[in-house]
Amino acid sequence: MLRQASRLLSRSVAAGSSKSATARGFSTEVPSTIDSTFVESWKKVAPNMDPPQTPSSFMKPRPSTASSIPTKLTVNFVLPYASELSGKEVDMVIIPATTGQMGVLPGHVPTIAELKPGIMSVHEGTDVNKYFVSSGFAFLHANSVADIIAVEAVPLENIDPSQVQKGLAEFTQKLAAASTDLEKAEAQIGVEVHSAMNAALTG
Amino acid sequence: MASTAAVPFWRAAGMTYITYSNICANLVRNCLKEPFKAEALNREKVHFSLSKWAGGKPEKPTLRSDTPGV
Repeated sequence: MLRQASRLLSRSVAAGSSKSATARGFSTEVPSTIDSTFVESWKKVAPNMDPPQTPSSFMKPRPSTASSIPTKLTVNFVLPYASELSGKEVDMVIIPATTGQMGVLPGHVPTIAELKPGIMSVHEGTDVNKYFVSSGFAFLHANSVADIIAVEAVPLENIDPSQVQKGLAEFTQKLAAASTDLEKAEAQIGVEVHSAMNAALTG
Repeated sequence: MASTAAVPFWRAAGMTYITYSNICANLVRNCLKEPFKAEALNREKVHFSLSKWAGGKPEKPTLRSDTPGV
């Protein structure tokens, strides 16, 4: 849809203006031709100097989307203090997006998903690795690369169920007793995170 | 484009995403088993020195060592 918009935009711009040198696409599209009228006027004024570079000339072209859907998904799963998975080729990842558990297969439509506290599972053949993610984002690119970033992600075995129960009870109580908006929000976050951990351990 | 999209409850209460995310991370860290919990809390400690300035000169600095969740 966005590629069409670029074409329509450039068509309307070119029709509407007579003075503008080139019709520009979106800034994310690296232009294949340099602005020739500018380069010519520059050479007239300063023939011994190279024309100035524009930011787009330093940009690497966007990685091309393969014409056929790749068989594997490349996952980069990073935390602020460690890189859990780096360029790992897997079959599927299920991420806990705010809109629900999202299954990501190779060739998934490019998406940016905000993650909620929940389980992220990485499927490779018959192996499944599960992590509890506190929150973060998942960027799914057109070339079947998934960048998942989280602040804290732990394997499920490292979570202590008794502490989860205690925390859940504590925050439920705080939610009932909260007065200001901020206190209510903090208590609500506590309840949500602990319920998610509870569900992760029991589900 | 709708600029009246539903805001999450924490943003409605005046919290930013970073604050929300850090609170979630701290809650998860507090529910870990030992020794993972000690490692995580150790990793997240910050030490910094703070000095107020008055009349162009720094006053005596205060050293702070914050543990997360504080």
